[in-house]
Amino acid sequence: MKRVQFEHSTIPYLFVAPQIIIIVVFFLWPAAQAIYQSFLLEDAFGLSTQFVWFRNYKDTILSTSWLQAASFTMLFSALVTFLSLAIALLLAVKANEVIRGARTYKTTLMWAYAIAPPVAGLMGNLMFNPLIGDLYKFFNAIGWDFDHKLDAFDAGFVVVLISVWKQVSVNFIFFLSGLQGIPKSVNEAATLDCKSPFRRFWTITFPLLAPTTFFLMVINITYAFFETFGIIDTTTRGAPGGSTNTLVFKVFQDGFRGADLGGSSAQSVVLMLIVLALTVVQFRFIERKVHY
Amino acid sequence: MANVELTNVRKTYPNGAEAVCGVDMQIEDGELIVFVGPSGCGKSTLLRMVAGLEKITSGDIKIDEQLINDVTPADRDVAMVFQNYALYPHMTVRGNMSYGLKNRGIDKASINKKVEEAAAMLRISDFLDRQPNQLSGGQRQRVAMGRAIVREPKVFLFDEPLSNLDAKLRVQMRIEIKRLQRKMKVTSVYVTHDQTEAMTLADRLAVINDGRVEQMGAPMELYNNPATLFVASFIGSPQINLLPVRFDGQHLISGDIKFIWDAKLPTDTDLMLGIRPDDLFQKDDGPLSLRVDLVEQHGADNLTYGGLLGADETDGHETEFCFKSGQDLLPDIDSQLNLGFDPTRALVFEKSSGDRLV
Repeated sequence: MKRVQFEHSTIPYLFVAPQIIIIVVFFLWPAAQAIYQSFLLEDAFGLSTQFVWFRNYKDTILSTSWLQAASFTMLFSALVTFLSLAIALLLAVKANEVIRGARTYKTTLMWAYAIAPPVAGLMGNLMFNPLIGDLYKFFNAIGWDFDHKLDAFDAGFVVVLISVWKQVSVNFIFFLSGLQGIPKSVNEAATLDCKSPFRRFWTITFPLLAPTTFFLMVINITYAFFETFGIIDTTTRGAPGGSTNTLVFKVFQDGFRGADLGGSSAQSVVLMLIVLALTVVQFRFIERKVHY
Repeated sequence: MANVELTNVRKTYPNGAEAVCGVDMQIEDGELIVFVGPSGCGKSTLLRMVAGLEKITSGDIKIDEQLINDVTPADRDVAMVFQNYALYPHMTVRGNMSYGLKNRGIDKASINKKVEEAAAMLRISDFLDRQPNQLSGGQRQRVAMGRAIVREPKVFLFDEPLSNLDAKLRVQMRIEIKRLQRKMKVTSVYVTHDQTEAMTLADRLAVINDGRVEQMGAPMELYNNPATLFVASFIGSPQINLLPVRFDGQHLISGDIKFIWDAKLPTDTDLMLGIRPDDLFQKDDGPLSLRVDLVEQHGADNLTYGGLLGADETDGHETEFCFKSGQDLLPDIDSQLNLGFDPTRALVFEKSSGDRLV
């Protein structure tokens, strides 16, 4: 069979070049560096290196502190994703029903979107400060022996609370626009067909929001895995006893505080693989249930 | 089986806009009533108030003698067909049709039976397991009707259901709706802005203008005997020809046009003479002469459009007339055509109020 051949030109390559260069320089090259580094053992001053195969992996991944961080990360991500999605959905549904002052209400809810995670962390730090923190005092006043500096559960509570608060506004915006994308007449047809608003929500609105929810779930898991670094770094720093260490925070700690570049690289490679696996699972198994 | 009664129904929006201002109406059991009017006249709002999708500002709506002002839409036992079908996109055709029944706690076996029956009646049995986005516009509209039919409601409400279909399909579906409604004998209210649809479907027609029922009656009654200028110009296609005239006691005068008129008319006011395009005929010494601008050939008949020579202007524009004739009359463009009409078939309205005088 004869195939039509067009004359090749270099211009299309020039157009895609900036994007390709960005991907190579900022993503592929560092990733390759990390993989390479993960096979090396380096002394603390960087004067000598030694190729050690998988020893870095064995030493770090099998250590109790890594396993602790991994299990905290899983629990933390699940909680942050679920709670921030659930709260945002509830707020969006309610905001969508508001008629009077809807704009003010919506704007107020979106406000927190503009706050960077480290700033959110700093604010949380102040609110949970044992000396001046209102929330710290409040929890103790209602009879909860709250001390996030000593208690692992309380520390986890603090980082989850701040991370969820920070993410709710993002999810809220998407859910709200998703809700507004549902044709009004479909909702009206449903009011004629189904008396209970609760049932209507779960049989009509929620399934129609599924594409938004799926997208947000992917975004939120990534957020919980990576972007919460800033929050943890400004609040607990993994304390007490590494109980609020997420995998990303541990990579940073071991690499830049502990100066163990090889071990830190090995961890980041493993983290990369975990996120890759999670993404594959999401797209393979959950996306199938999504109706676009 | 139900009758519907509207008593002084009003709808005022929070910004003060009056969408419906005092509608009284009695819809008999099994009747197909069509609300027709220009867009924004309040006809859809009125329908949606019957459905319960729009709050009633004041007045009463009763279905079968039961006041339903504050009854939730789902409990009113009405089913609605929407302009854009409003099918649930994530459900199959079967799911769409059974959703309303499922929520009313009807058992699976009888739901299935009803759905299959309705599907057979609408000839969509082959599509029951498809998603709405795999269907064509006409098929979707059938599904939307099926969803209404399976509920066996007291009242069917149609909100411009055919507007999204192409012309050919529209005529087909129109006939089908009429046939279905005859067969099921369910009281129906149908909203449209298309006067042909209104004329052909309705048992009775309500012409709505500015939130008021301008006139209500059988389609031919409205055509032959319109109460107002608005009804006369809205009903009938092509539109009725209107000529601004004044009466001097013996003649009707419009610019250079003057002809004898023997009925009694006020002499001190502006009048409008209405002549339907099919009531005009060619007559060499007729009082009206048309400068031919355009001839539309529709097959069996031709429509000739043009300015009426010597007539007064209508709202600052040349008065234009349309003349309906058989296919053999094909005047040249820019030629002059003399026309006559039967005065007993002509309508006279007072211009300012729009009221019919003759």
